[in-house]
Amino acid sequence: MWRQIVAITSLGFRSIPERLGPSLVILVGLAGVVAVFTALLAMAEGFRSTLESTGRKDIAIVLRGGSSAELNSGLPREQGTLIKQAPGVAQDASGRPLASAEMMVIAELVKTGEKLGSNITVRGVEPAAFALRPQLKVVEGRRFEPGLKELIVGRGVAAQFQGAGLGQTLRMRGSEWTVVGIFESGDANESELWADVEVTQSAFARQGYSSIRLQLADAKGLQTVKDALTADPRLNVDVQTEEQYYSGQTKQFRQTIGMLAGVVTLIMALGATFAALNTMYAAVGTRAREIATLRAIGFGGFPVVVSIMLESLALALIGGATGALIAFLLFNNMAVSTLGANFTQIVFRFAVTPALVQKGLVIAVVIGMVGGFLPALRAARQPVTTALRAA
Amino acid sequence: MTRTGFVLANLGRKKTRLVLTLLSIVTAFLLFGLLQAVNVLFSAGADFVGATRLVTQARVSFTQSLPMRLLPQIEAVPGVDKVMWQQWFGAVWQENTQLIFFATDSARLHAVYPEYVMPDSQWKAFADTRTGMIVGRQLANQYGWKIGDKVPIASNIFPQQDGSKAWTFDLVGIYDGKDEEWQRSTNVGWINYGYFDEANQFGKGRAGTFTIKLTNPDRAAEVASTIDRMFENSSDETKTQTEKDFNIGFFKQIGDIGLIVRWILFAVFFTLLLVVGNTIAQSVRERIPELAILKTLGFSNGSVLAFVLAEAAALCIIGGLIGLGLATAIGIAIGGANFPIVVDGQVWAVGLIAIVVLSLAVGLLPALRASRVTIVDALAGR
Repeated sequence: MWRQIVAITSLGFRSIPERLGPSLVILVGLAGVVAVFTALLAMAEGFRSTLESTGRKDIAIVLRGGSSAELNSGLPREQGTLIKQAPGVAQDASGRPLASAEMMVIAELVKTGEKLGSNITVRGVEPAAFALRPQLKVVEGRRFEPGLKELIVGRGVAAQFQGAGLGQTLRMRGSEWTVVGIFESGDANESELWADVEVTQSAFARQGYSSIRLQLADAKGLQTVKDALTADPRLNVDVQTEEQYYSGQTKQFRQTIGMLAGVVTLIMALGATFAALNTMYAAVGTRAREIATLRAIGFGGFPVVVSIMLESLALALIGGATGALIAFLLFNNMAVSTLGANFTQIVFRFAVTPALVQKGLVIAVVIGMVGGFLPALRAARQPVTTALRAA
Repeated sequence: MTRTGFVLANLGRKKTRLVLTLLSIVTAFLLFGLLQAVNVLFSAGADFVGATRLVTQARVSFTQSLPMRLLPQIEAVPGVDKVMWQQWFGAVWQENTQLIFFATDSARLHAVYPEYVMPDSQWKAFADTRTGMIVGRQLANQYGWKIGDKVPIASNIFPQQDGSKAWTFDLVGIYDGKDEEWQRSTNVGWINYGYFDEANQFGKGRAGTFTIKLTNPDRAAEVASTIDRMFENSSDETKTQTEKDFNIGFFKQIGDIGLIVRWILFAVFFTLLLVVGNTIAQSVRERIPELAILKTLGFSNGSVLAFVLAEAAALCIIGGLIGLGLATAIGIAIGGANFPIVVDGQVWAVGLIAIVVLSLAVGLLPALRASRVTIVDALAGR
């Protein structure tokens, strides 16, 4: 039995060069399906990992109740002070709460070489903001001076937008702001501009904050903070960890891209299955006499089925792998940006991960199986005499 | 047998192959239709508003609101006919569905957007009912709202005086668009600014953007620069552009969806080209002796070429039309306010061009090969 399978399969594989055109159809079809599938999901994956690596478990973010994003939130100054003093918040060496009251506004910046502006987050922060984000490092220039209209700019923004380079000035609300530093953090912070919170408040004529970030003292910190703030009748706030906040923001984008990828892949996969069937029927057709001959000299029907399915599978796998490779070469690490929950641009990179490639190959295998099965059955069931007589 | 009959009979000689090839073409054009519709949505979705209106926003960003004291100054600029203002309400329906709602002045909305069609009695009811709201037909249909309903809408930005973010509005009017394109943009709700500004807890007396109707659209550039110069160097610097540019900028922010869609289309088409091209090439190869007989019977090289080309075209046309038809049907079935894809005339036009291009691309080589068959060689099986 095994020897029969090996014999027929190798016979089939060796005749592929003679049927190169039709065989290429499966290859190209599957490459297309897998490339599109992998690329689309790599985009969703890149967005997710960028945002999720931004959020930490041990930091709480407090927003006005029902705001869902920092942009919509607003907390008066006195509430900010109250929130920072909540129990469960870690303290620094001098006994002050390790917390940063921040205000986010949006500025329109223009991409190099373009005319229309894009929304960029401007975040006014307190000094503790740097302690709460140890991953953030100023790599060029220096930090802004409190009280001055100075900005530090995330690497992602500095590279893409006019006026955001080191030493350049940006015009916001009738005055000039100087870029004094560039920072890197490897996450969504890199899509932002940072300035002193007091300066930002006065320039944008606002008194309050958008959010308060709190370093939690221990694992139970979140619950302690939550209980304390909910019990306070002066406050109406939502408390969650940064991790929850950021992964909540990826949900809609992931759903949209996931749906797009699902629909597109499904339709393309259908098309590719029809193409694979066509190819394998043609392959079986051209080899009809050969297969009938084999059957006549005693080869069983089962080895014939297996060998044809193996051929179809192999072609599908090669095609799928090619597709994944194309997606990797074209898209991996490509920087793109889209609107986040705060209505500002979030720069992220496509991430073609092994898990995605694996899923793509599974699709290829399934299509290869389906595409090979029916033609294999036809080949095995063909009456030997008819096939030998034909053509 | 007529020539058409001959072409069709040749197509049907291998049923399995015919069906499978047709199905590949159908799926490809189905995808083509849907993606093209999405592409149109993102790239040209702003075209229909035309350039008759200007939008004035805060220069720093349209999310930064502008004080209402700018209004009389803008109204005084020569060339300005009517000015409307609108403030983003941050509307949330039930759990967490964000809706597009603005607070505005009813009379000004009516004057600046004649494209919104609603009975006068409803315009009057909107003006007279402080807690009133009007919504577009799409929105009303999607959520099953009827005139007279009290609709609870939360705001994720503005609390009322008592700190609650739950607002309730009386639905007093449902508007339609003046044509099909405008009907598609009837997914916006409007509430009375007067009521909103009074009941709202903070940020009073501010408008998000001003929308300006011009006396003469040709003066758009001039009026825009006059307005922006007026507020230069103040803390409320403005940026004024045509409504079309404003919308394009808005959609563009979502990211380069168009580019991604074009990549997918390219992948689909390349794949398709190979599948169909290969099938036709194969069927020509199998029929070389027959083609030789046709020639022996006196058919010219040109007619043989035409036969093969017609076969390719027939496949592409039948498959393409079915695919585009399916895409249209699906567009109608799933199209809604949240996912407004419509496979319209524009998509069909591009689709038909694609059918022609595809027919030529896959048919031409096999057809040329067929027309070059020499009778003697072919009949001898060489």
